[in-house]
Amino acid sequence: MLLTVLSGLIFSIVLVLFGRKFKAKWSILLPILPTLLFLYFAYQIPQISEGKSIIQHIDWVPSLGVNFDFHLDGLSLLFALLITGIGSCIFFYGRAYLKGHPYFDRFFGYLLLFMSAMLGVVLSDNILLLFVFWELTSISSFFLIGFNNDNPDSRKSALTALGITGFGGFFMLLALVLIGNIADTYTISELFTHRETILNHELYPLIIGLLFVGAFTKSAQFPFHFWLPGAMKAPTPVSAYLHSATMVKAGIYLLARFTPILGDHTYWNTTLLVVGGITMLYAAIHSLFRIDMKAILAYSTISALGVLTFLLGLGTREAMIAVSVFILAHALYKATLFMVTGIVDHETHTRDITVLSGLRKVLGPVALAGILAALSSAGLPFLTFGFIGKDLIYEATLHYTIPEWIWILTGLAVATNIGLVAAGFMAGIKPFVGTLPQEFEKVHLPYKSMWIPPLLLAILGVIFGILPALAGDFITNTASNAIWGNDTASHLKVWHGFNTVFILSLVTLIVGSLIYFINKPSLSKLQAVERLNNISPQRIITGYANDIVRFGQWYTNLFHNGYLRSYHLKIILFAEALIAYRLWLSGPINVDFWTLTYPDWYEIAIIFILIGAIYLVVTTPSRLTAVVGMSVIGYCICLIFVIYSAPDLAMTQFTIDTLSTVLFVLVLYKLPPFINLTSHTVLIRDAVVALGFGVILSLVAFKVWSEPISTEISDFYGENAYLLAKGKNVVNVILVDFRGIDTMFETVVLSIAAIGVYSLIRLRLKSSERE
Amino acid sequence: MELLLIILIGLLYGAGVYMILRRSMVKLLLGIMFLGTGANILIFLLGGITKGKPPVIDESLKMFQDNYADPIPQALILTAIVISFALTAFAIVLLKRVYALVDSDDLDDLNTPEEEDI
Repeated sequence: MLLTVLSGLIFSIVLVLFGRKFKAKWSILLPILPTLLFLYFAYQIPQISEGKSIIQHIDWVPSLGVNFDFHLDGLSLLFALLITGIGSCIFFYGRAYLKGHPYFDRFFGYLLLFMSAMLGVVLSDNILLLFVFWELTSISSFFLIGFNNDNPDSRKSALTALGITGFGGFFMLLALVLIGNIADTYTISELFTHRETILNHELYPLIIGLLFVGAFTKSAQFPFHFWLPGAMKAPTPVSAYLHSATMVKAGIYLLARFTPILGDHTYWNTTLLVVGGITMLYAAIHSLFRIDMKAILAYSTISALGVLTFLLGLGTREAMIAVSVFILAHALYKATLFMVTGIVDHETHTRDITVLSGLRKVLGPVALAGILAALSSAGLPFLTFGFIGKDLIYEATLHYTIPEWIWILTGLAVATNIGLVAAGFMAGIKPFVGTLPQEFEKVHLPYKSMWIPPLLLAILGVIFGILPALAGDFITNTASNAIWGNDTASHLKVWHGFNTVFILSLVTLIVGSLIYFINKPSLSKLQAVERLNNISPQRIITGYANDIVRFGQWYTNLFHNGYLRSYHLKIILFAEALIAYRLWLSGPINVDFWTLTYPDWYEIAIIFILIGAIYLVVTTPSRLTAVVGMSVIGYCICLIFVIYSAPDLAMTQFTIDTLSTVLFVLVLYKLPPFINLTSHTVLIRDAVVALGFGVILSLVAFKVWSEPISTEISDFYGENAYLLAKGKNVVNVILVDFRGIDTMFETVVLSIAAIGVYSLIRLRLKSSERE
Repeated sequence: MELLLIILIGLLYGAGVYMILRRSMVKLLLGIMFLGTGANILIFLLGGITKGKPPVIDESLKMFQDNYADPIPQALILTAIVISFALTAFAIVLLKRVYALVDSDDLDDLNTPEEEDI
């Protein structure tokens, strides 16, 4: 299983980095990998449908609990089949769709990356590994949405999608780490045994809250839904694959995967019911006002995701069956509709349903696929898999455990489905019926590899619709078992008798069709709806995002304004505050005043000369005076060294000070005098800051001086200087013998500085450099 | 004497900070030199100051017989003086070079227009 995930990753890296080197005709090889993977997973169906599961364990970072643990059970298999199956169709389709595109290779690199990451998400048995793949899907989605990178809208949508899903992923990581800490394991299959521990933990509400943010952002639930319509800026194969069939269902997968661990709790179920309910109705109504085929499909996808969340919230056995069936049914018809939209867009260069009509005459097979998919999405009885899905949804709401809620929930489901019926018709039937306008008469069928995949998926939907047991027994039954947490057999049937469910299905279909005929979407209606955007979650959240950006700019400008002195000021103020606080904490300074030595008169004189010189350097307007003042300071310090038993220091200081002064005067005599650039208040402010720093440093010096010091090391040097190193000047011995290597490197530093000085002096200005 | 040195340390640090808050590049350099000198005196003081007993072993002895000035701070300061000279020398030449290019001693003149836009 590791291989199934890694092979795609490796190929994608090769494609993104070196794709250009391959010839275009090799692109026929591209769909081979997803097809092989699909066959591999299909081969596992019999084994899994018997209730077995495959586990693979490979150590990665065992000390952190991050391992390549893979687990293939019913739920994973359902998703893996969707990912690789629809993936294969998309690869065939995308090859034709993007033929001749300059970034053809890169596109498939990203697509492969996505496919592997998505497989990783559904196969991971380790929650941290799952998170890694989860983020990889967000990243690949970012690249694919922003694929047309010369379009500013495209780039913006990509950023929004990445921002929202990344934001959610962050919260999800917190939830996963909390779960791992509480249960003391990061392995999903082991978490089942810790269900009670987590459920009774006081952090349970926080954990599911964080997990929900992750799942809802990924699966475009209200109020995070708005990135999905934006994501439709991606090329259509991407929309079909990522943003309807697979990636957006990762959130659903996550919720389903954690249902046996965290679910069946009031908080869990209520939140999912409410959020799912709002999302499905809100998006279904929205979809009716769109005129862009892709926008209609985007909103109906959001609505379908809402339905799935809603079903998970019901938390009953029937609901779980409905979830797994609806995932499959939706993926089949929605991917088809998207691919059909892509073909229409590709051939007519418009996706506006107010313009398109009668295309069945020129795009026969495509129209067939579109109409079949639309019927499946509408849930036409006896013929379509969508009908089975819809049936099960009503079944689940009608058998809900709290009787008072049944009619509210069923009503919600019916209203949503009516919207979905109409939306499906608008996108799948509207462009193909009616009269063919003259401008589209020259439209012709695209390559076979473009229209065969959607037709295949649409027909598969019909086959499953007629023989639901085929899908039920082999795929969705084990998937729902995995969500439900224990094994029970259930069989999907076409005909349940003439009962409430069937009546509801018929009502849905009829009302939905009526709305389709009555509701004529138009630009003016769309604009009317868009006026409500001011209070939409999108506006509010992007508003916050902009505020954060503005705050960031303000903050950066405050601290990074490009003036060295302002940096200095901030650093010094911070240091002052920090040291002052520490000093205050450490309490008063205890000084034994008897240990202080009395200064002689000449020492006092030296200090006074020093103070005068410092004052002179700080205040003088003349550069030369400042330099002379500096050398006075140096010589006075030299005298202090002489008095206090440091002859070596005195010699060094004397030499160095002389040299510095000479260099200063020689090099800088040409510069103008200091100009007083700063205002009086700023000078006083700086003086206060400087004085504060001086006082604090004095206190620090005093404090440290009053503490006892250890002389162990000094004693060692004193005792061994002659015995070990045969030298009598201990300072010299330390420098050239005990710490000889340090001194050598010091010499190296000096040499480098010398080279720098020499080269800067020798470097002549080019005339072009002179300003 | 220790108290006087402590005050001196404060003055040197204060003067250094004041100078590095100025716009002039030469003043900036002088400020750094102030800070370096202040640090030297600080280390010197903390080792304990002793008058008239340099850490040099007497001709006739093999090791110290009585108290002597601590050699370690001296070794440290000696290194520091030399390194700060390397810094000063390089900075002086660099200043000269900047002045030749920009014709100004003002740090603000070094900001390129692009940077100001950020």
